[in-house]
Amino acid sequence: MISRRDIAAVLSFSIVAMFFIFGALIIHPFGTPDETGMDDNIITNAQTETGANNAVTSVVFDYRGFDTLGEATILFTAVAAVIMVFRRLKK
Amino acid sequence: MSGMSKIVKTISGIAFPFITIYGLYVIAHGHLTPGGGFQGGAIVASGCAMVLVSYGSIWIMDRVKEKNLSILESLGAICFILLAILGLGFGTVFFNNFLVGTNSLFGVVPAAGSGLADINTGGVIPLMNFAVGLKVIAGLFGIVLVMAYASRTKEEKK
Repeated sequence: MISRRDIAAVLSFSIVAMFFIFGALIIHPFGTPDETGMDDNIITNAQTETGANNAVTSVVFDYRGFDTLGEATILFTAVAAVIMVFRRLKK
Repeated sequence: MSGMSKIVKTISGIAFPFITIYGLYVIAHGHLTPGGGFQGGAIVASGCAMVLVSYGSIWIMDRVKEKNLSILESLGAICFILLAILGLGFGTVFFNNFLVGTNSLFGVVPAAGSGLADINTGGVIPLMNFAVGLKVIAGLFGIVLVMAYASRTKEEKK
């Protein structure tokens, strides 16, 4: 017996999967970005601007510091939630 | 019955300092070699988790309280945000690297191109790595410790 709920689930799953498949088909090939301006700018200037030899860390902690702040916030929220949940089970 | 056999305890006790040193190395050299605060913190936290598994959560909970880990984690987060706000105060914008070019603490700018690495470079990046590393060590170890302590068996509770 196939219920309406199953049909809706399969349909929505197919639609989402279709988005992923078409997105993977039209993606540009690996290693050839459309715009290279920002990459080249960071590769040339990261060492003199941030003083760090590791350009990846200079992006993560300097150019894109807000992203790292968000990551740290996610970790903080996860730890706070886990400790809050399991504190009740200590007895 | 808390923890595993004596062999496991001895071996993990021998391996723990080396894992910790390696993780702290990855944190401290985050601006020179691959890795950084998150990765090194995960290494140190997994070493702590190994000791937790071999010695049992009750033995660890007697020595390390999860409250202290929580305080350490918040301290790391506060240091991180404080460094970002100091960029606003001493520099121009939020997350500004205000220590670069000052030739003081971590302020040396290395010669462009590939060359020998100097630990005293990077501006606020090493300090942020330390803050994030402290945060990740305390956070991940706190999660593992609290979960292991909550899932102990009935006879362990006595």
